[in-house]
Amino acid sequence: MTKRNFKPQDFTTEAPKHAYLKDLGSLDDLDRKRLLQIGVDINTQDRIGTFLQIDHSVVHSGSQQKGLEVMGTAKALEKYDWLQNYLWRAVPRDLDEYTKYVAAHVQQGYFIRVMPGVKATYPLQACLYLDKDGLAQCIHNIVIVEEGAELNIINGCATSHKVHTGMHLGISEFYVKKNAKLTFTMIHNWAEEMQVRPRSATVVEEGGVFLSNFVCMHQVDMLQMFPVITLNGNGAVARSHSVLVAPPNTHMDTGTRVFLRAPQAKAEIISRAVTTGGEVISRGHLIGTEAQVKAHLECHGLLLSPRGLIHAVPELEAHVAGAEMSHEAAVGKIAPEEIEYLMARGLDEETATSTIVRGFLNVRIEGLPQELQQEIDKAIEASQESFM
Amino acid sequence: MLKVDGLTVAVGGKIILRDINFEINAGETHILFGPNGSGKSTLLGTLMGFERFEIVDGHIYFQGEEITHLPVHERAQRGIGLMFQRPPTIKGLPMHHMIKICARGRKVSEDLTKKLKFDKFMDRDVNYGFSGGEMKRSEILQLLAQDPDLILLDEPESGVDIENIALIGDSINMLLERNVSPEDVKPMYRQRRERKKAGLIITHTGHILNYVHADFGHVIFEGRMSCHGNPRELFDCIQRMGYGECVRCAI
Repeated sequence: MTKRNFKPQDFTTEAPKHAYLKDLGSLDDLDRKRLLQIGVDINTQDRIGTFLQIDHSVVHSGSQQKGLEVMGTAKALEKYDWLQNYLWRAVPRDLDEYTKYVAAHVQQGYFIRVMPGVKATYPLQACLYLDKDGLAQCIHNIVIVEEGAELNIINGCATSHKVHTGMHLGISEFYVKKNAKLTFTMIHNWAEEMQVRPRSATVVEEGGVFLSNFVCMHQVDMLQMFPVITLNGNGAVARSHSVLVAPPNTHMDTGTRVFLRAPQAKAEIISRAVTTGGEVISRGHLIGTEAQVKAHLECHGLLLSPRGLIHAVPELEAHVAGAEMSHEAAVGKIAPEEIEYLMARGLDEETATSTIVRGFLNVRIEGLPQELQQEIDKAIEASQESFM
Repeated sequence: MLKVDGLTVAVGGKIILRDINFEINAGETHILFGPNGSGKSTLLGTLMGFERFEIVDGHIYFQGEEITHLPVHERAQRGIGLMFQRPPTIKGLPMHHMIKICARGRKVSEDLTKKLKFDKFMDRDVNYGFSGGEMKRSEILQLLAQDPDLILLDEPESGVDIENIALIGDSINMLLERNVSPEDVKPMYRQRRERKKAGLIITHTGHILNYVHADFGHVIFEGRMSCHGNPRELFDCIQRMGYGECVRCAI
C-alpha cells in the first residue's frame, strides 16, 4: 500500500476560537462519548486535573492538587521566563520538517508541572481534540516532574465526528527529575483520513522512572512517530508499552528509542500489534553507551486477516562491553490450538478468537498503582469495544 | 453415556483409527492403553471434535444424541470435558478469567483452588511458565469449574513429579466422583452406585492406575482397539510382555 506523503502545508492553520468551558458537562453528547473513548472523563471527580484543547483553543484547564500546575503552554511561557530553557531542549527544533513547522506555527499545548516531593496517585487527564476539518493542529506540550514527585497522565488525542481529514503535529517534551516518576498513557482515536505526526522526547534523571503506554486501535491514514527516551542518570528506568490495532487502509509506523547513558539504567520496550488489514511498522531501538545497563525489547504481532503487514524492526546497539541487551520478536496468526483450547471450555469460535486477541493486547505495566491500572483498563476497554 | 460406533478417522488423508467400537455408561471410568503413536490422542481429539481429525466413517453418540459432526464448543456445552496433555499458553488471559469461562456463570468455590494448591496462580496467565504438575492442576481446576459429565483425560500423569502425582490422582478421583469416603452420610456402596460422572483415561505408562481405579480397560494398537478387559489384568500383561504381545493378537 503506497500512501501519499502529506505535508503540513496541505492543511489550513485557521480554526475558529472556542469559548472557555467552566464545566465540561456542557460538551455535546457526541463529543463526550468520543472523549470517554480516549480516557477523558467529563466527570472530573476521579481526576486531579484536566486540560482540554479544541483546535487551537484551551477550553478547560485546572488542577485540584496542591503543587500541581496545569495550563496552556502560551500562558506558562508568559508566566515563567525560565520555561524557555525547557523549550526545544529534548526535541530539537530542526529535527524534521514537522518540528520546524510547529516551531513556526505553534498554537498552544499544555504545560504541566508537579512540585518537588508531590505524589499524585490519581490521574490527570489531558486532551487534544480536533474539531475543524482539514486543520493542521500544531501543539507544544511540556511536562516537568520535579525531584521526588510522582504524576500520572492520561492523554487522549482524537478528532470530533465533523473531521474527516487533518494533521496533528504534537511536540511533547517530558522532564523527569531525580527520583521522580511519570506515568504517561496516551490513547489515540482519529478520523480515517488523519495524518498524525507526534514528536516527543523524555529526559530521565538519576533514579527517575518513566512509564509510557500508547494505545491506538482505530483506522488512521498515517500515524508516524518514534519517541525518544534518554536515561541520563544512574538507575533511571524507562518502560514503554504500546498496543496497536491496524484496520484496513491504516498505516502506523511507530516505535520507541531509548538511550541508556548512565550506569544501572534499565529500559524495556514492549509492543503488541494486530492487523485486520492495515500496515504496522513496529520499531524499537535500544542504545547502551554505559556498562551495567540492562534493556529488553519485545515486538509481537498478530495477523487477523489474510492481507495486512506487520513489520517488526527491533534494533540493539551496545557501545560498551557489559551492556546487557536482548530482544524477541514474533509475528504470525493465532495458533489454532489456542482457539480449540478455549472452544473445549465451551466458547464458540468467534468468542474464543476475541478472548485471545484481548489477552494478546492486555499488556500490564509493572509498577502501576492499582487505581491507575483500573482507569487505564477502563479506557482501553472503551477503545476496544468500538473495534471488536 | 458415550457410544462410539465403527469410527474410522484420518489425519491429513492418512487413516489413523480403524473401526473403533466401545461404549461408556454413566458412572464408569475406562482406561485406554496403547504405545506412542497408536492413535490414543487421535481418539480423544475426535471425541472432542477437533478439526484436524477427519471422520471417514462411523458415528459418535453422547447422551443418546449423535454428535459426530458437532463443533467443539457445542460438545463442551453438552457436557464433554478434555484434560489436555500439553495445553497451550494463552498470554494475557489470567487463570481467574479462564475459570470463569469454564464455569459459565456457576460459582467456583475458593476451597477448590486451595485444595489444588492453585490459589497463588490465579492471577498468572493461563499455563504461562507452569511446570508439568502445575499444568495438570490447572487443567483439573478448569474441568472442576466446567463440571462435565464425561471427562477425557489425555496422559494425566505425564510430566508430573513424584510429589505431585498423589495430588493429581486424588483430584482426578474428585472429578470422576471416585473419592468415595467413609465420612460421607451415604454408605460407600451407595456413593459408588449413584456416581454419574464418566471418564476415559488414556495412558501409555499405566501408572495412573496406582491412583485412579478404572472399571474397564481397552488396548489400542496400530489404530485398532485390539483388546478389552479388566484394567489391572491388562496393565500387568503390558508390564510383563510390553505391547509386543499385541502384535501376536494383530497377526
